[in-house]
Amino acid sequence: MAIKVHGALFSTCTARVLICLCEKGLDYELLPIDMVAGAHKQQPFRSLNPFGEIPAFEDGEVSLFESRAINRYLARKHKDIGTDLLLSNSFTQSALVETWMEVEAHKFDSPSSVILRQIIVIPKYGKAPDQQVIETEMEKLGKVLDVYEERLSKSKYLAGENYSLADLHHIPPLVYFMKTSKANAITSRPHVSAWWNDISLRPATVKISATMSLL
Amino acid sequence: MAAIKAHGSLISTATNRVLVTLYEKELEFEFVSVDMSTGEHKKDHFLSLNPFGQVPALEHGDLKLFESRAITKFVACEYANKGTQLIHQDSKKMAITLVWMEVEAQQYDPVASKLVWELRIKPLVGMVTDKAIVEENEAKLAKVLDVYEKRLAHSKYLGGDCFTLADLHHLPTLQYLLGTQSQKLFDSRPHVSAWVADITARPAWLKVQAMRKKH
Repeated sequence: MAIKVHGALFSTCTARVLICLCEKGLDYELLPIDMVAGAHKQQPFRSLNPFGEIPAFEDGEVSLFESRAINRYLARKHKDIGTDLLLSNSFTQSALVETWMEVEAHKFDSPSSVILRQIIVIPKYGKAPDQQVIETEMEKLGKVLDVYEERLSKSKYLAGENYSLADLHHIPPLVYFMKTSKANAITSRPHVSAWWNDISLRPATVKISATMSLL
Repeated sequence: MAAIKAHGSLISTATNRVLVTLYEKELEFEFVSVDMSTGEHKKDHFLSLNPFGQVPALEHGDLKLFESRAITKFVACEYANKGTQLIHQDSKKMAITLVWMEVEAQQYDPVASKLVWELRIKPLVGMVTDKAIVEENEAKLAKVLDVYEKRLAHSKYLGGDCFTLADLHHLPTLQYLLGTQSQKLFDSRPHVSAWVADITARPAWLKVQAMRKKH
């Protein structure tokens, strides 16, 4: 198969790419990487991603890493099939997609990742969550979500009236976040909550989130 | 034979200590996965098996046990005539085995566990390794391994001529340290290095690692 994704089903970054592939209706092969055995830090994986992180991506001769770059590549290459995830028909719309993708990457990703790591991931390794860290990061996340609440009171999706990568990129961490005791950060903000209900019910989201498991 | 249920997590070193023992003794058992990412190990059902809320726990018929090293001793004694002899019946030989089991628990494990956390787990979960802690614990591990090197120069295994729990107990943390920068501490000591190669290649240990691929 031309498209190969090297990663793991539990990984938010891997899921970010898989949801995009699903939205585009593209076939792919998922090649599991055994991270507990350290496969991601060794060859042959290291030649696909010199940072030794999942996912890595191959499309025939093309070899990429960084989930958001992979998604942009897919959205551009296949802009005429499946969902138009970069709203490429309008230069202005596309710019708004880019803006809110930057927001996700630089403002949303960090606090949400730290919170998930504390609440869900490190307990897997027998450590107790650091409540101080959780509190600090929840405050940061709250401020970001306040901006989202304001934005989503004016438009259905982050970039405007149409679903795009700007929304999609949030999905994998939110799938996990909504299972924690902190989910009320989303449910208590009506427009953010409605937005989450909408994007979480998209067939591509439903399909991939069903395979995401932290076990 | 009483039904054996091992409750734990396949990424837990303590759980793996029990699993490898069950395989060495060629025992039938059921592995029950505990979902620590949802706090299952802190809920009432699991607390009835281990009041400390830690994995693993073992059910043997009506008997409920916890603490991996207590479980392995029980299994080794209960099934003395089955599979690999993991603890000598002769009290003087058993004493030597017990000495080196204590060494693993008191001298080796606290240091090795810190290195596993810093060098293996933290990178896996996106946290930053603390170089000072690594340096401090590598120095301590080096001193422990110097003692092992002398011991293994006149004894094929730590407890004597045969593989016993004194060696087995090291396997889970040892496996995690291989492939990290701490591997050099083992490689640079010829008798330790040979012992590591020997015990990590045992079929029972390979079976435990294969479990992760299936689950």
